[in-house]
Amino acid sequence: MSGLLDHKKTAAEIVKLARSDDKVSVKFLLTEIFQDFIEFHGDRVYGDDPAIIGGLAYLNQQPVTVISTNKGQTTKEKLASHFGCPEPAGYRKALRLAQQAAKFKRPVIFLVNTAGAYPGRSAEENGQGEAIAKNLYEFSKLPVPIVSIIYGEGGSGGALALACGDRVWMLENSTYSVLSPEGFAAILWKDSSRADQAAEILQLTPEKLLRQQVIEGIIPESHSKYRLVKAIKRVLLQEIDQLQQMTTDELLEKRRMRYRKF
Amino acid sequence: MQLFNELKNLSAKHIKVNKQASQKVPSGIWIACPKCHQSFYHKDLGQYKVCPNCQYGFRITARQRLNWLVDSFEEIDADLLTDDPLQFPDYQKKLIKSQQLTKLNDSVLTGFAQIQSEKFALGIMDPFFIMGSMGTITGEKLTRLFEKATQKQLPVVLFTASGGARMQEGIFSLMQMAKVSAAVKQHSDAGLLYVVILTDPTTGGVTASFAMQADITLAEPRSLIGFAGKRVIEQTTGQKIPSDLQDAETVLKHGFIDQIVLRSELKNKLKWLLEFHQRRDS
Ligand SMILES: [Zn+2]
Repeated sequence: MSGLLDHKKTAAEIVKLARSDDKVSVKFLLTEIFQDFIEFHGDRVYGDDPAIIGGLAYLNQQPVTVISTNKGQTTKEKLASHFGCPEPAGYRKALRLAQQAAKFKRPVIFLVNTAGAYPGRSAEENGQGEAIAKNLYEFSKLPVPIVSIIYGEGGSGGALALACGDRVWMLENSTYSVLSPEGFAAILWKDSSRADQAAEILQLTPEKLLRQQVIEGIIPESHSKYRLVKAIKRVLLQEIDQLQQMTTDELLEKRRMRYRKF
Repeated sequence: MQLFNELKNLSAKHIKVNKQASQKVPSGIWIACPKCHQSFYHKDLGQYKVCPNCQYGFRITARQRLNWLVDSFEEIDADLLTDDPLQFPDYQKKLIKSQQLTKLNDSVLTGFAQIQSEKFALGIMDPFFIMGSMGTITGEKLTRLFEKATQKQLPVVLFTASGGARMQEGIFSLMQMAKVSAAVKQHSDAGLLYVVILTDPTTGGVTASFAMQADITLAEPRSLIGFAGKRVIEQTTGQKIPSDLQDAETVLKHGFIDQIVLRSELKNKLKWLLEFHQRRDS
């Protein structure tokens, strides 16, 4: 189901589509892919970050833990979630829920659409670096399947902290990169208006990333969001089913090798 | 002209003039401390290159640090070179320049070291190698260091200094964060000690991975330690941030550092910690 795209888009076009307001919302994904999603709050340390939504749900008949970034719908929501850029409390909530999933042997599903971890004073004070570091560290040995879907922007370490498991898929119109094209252009040419050019060099499109084995596959985006949901669901079911055939040792060794090859 | 700024902005011209520019402080030069802004005669910084006023440790190359840190050292993986996975314009030139300046193949020096009878795996990042940024070889050398330490049942001591990801290596730089983290976790699960010393500057993807995964986290005085860059924070939030927000002392106050250690006392501190962790009930 990957690579069968009719019209070839440029990297810059894909960046625009990934960031588009028409992008499928987290609420839609949570209610349409899963049944009976119930949200859990808080990192049990300090706070609750609306940029990360997590909780329990059924995927078909199977209990899973779902954790998603959230850009928000209304202006108020967007501001509260810093347009989907998580604070340390968000990463800690994600870790807490993933560890809970491991305890009860549920697979963990991440839905990722973030420009990156929030760069702010309180984020620094509360250990943004430590929060991401801990997720990378703990997820490397979390003894249950972890599948991530990047459905918009996959921005740097802030996205990696939610996409460091066994399988990573991307929607056709999504990106994943070490920094934003604007940031890249600003550093490289001191000119953030050359972002389109930067997008090409960065090789941040699903097709490029699939070729580099950074991701396992690409999910086509049709005009119907219901068809998209169906496609995502099929990928999740297929991947989780495959991962559940493995012993825990096998699962963790394959996960280690997935990153060791880079 | 201040030496500190010269070091920071070393160009090819400097290297041609003096290939050991980073190792020799030219005489008769006044040096301003970038933290407290006091000026000193270069000899006042002493062998450790520390500000006599505020104890800030000036940026030094990995090999300079190695000189006074250990009693013996056996370097490993000095021959690995990046594939330049994005075929990035002018990257090769940049690499060669950094290699000449630091005498390293990439931004970290790794090997096996000894302080008196204490054996350990040692990594020292070099802030002068493309800002200590994390390329694929940086990540590979660190991963191998943790893997070999796990095999040999040795503790790891790591000095971090990094501007973050190496953008010339794109997504491959990002993947190093996950790769090294997994090796750190495996080393830890084997019951082995990992001590990190955060030095100026430790930022970005390095902070967000192995800099914050140690059993014991030390830092040099007044080192800049943070995730996001100051300019990015101010542009994003529209607020000025306090100048000491990312000072080691502030980060310690917020709970992310065990202890700040003077550069001159690091060797003894490490010896003490390594010795302490040898004493298990066996
Ligand atoms: Zn000073």
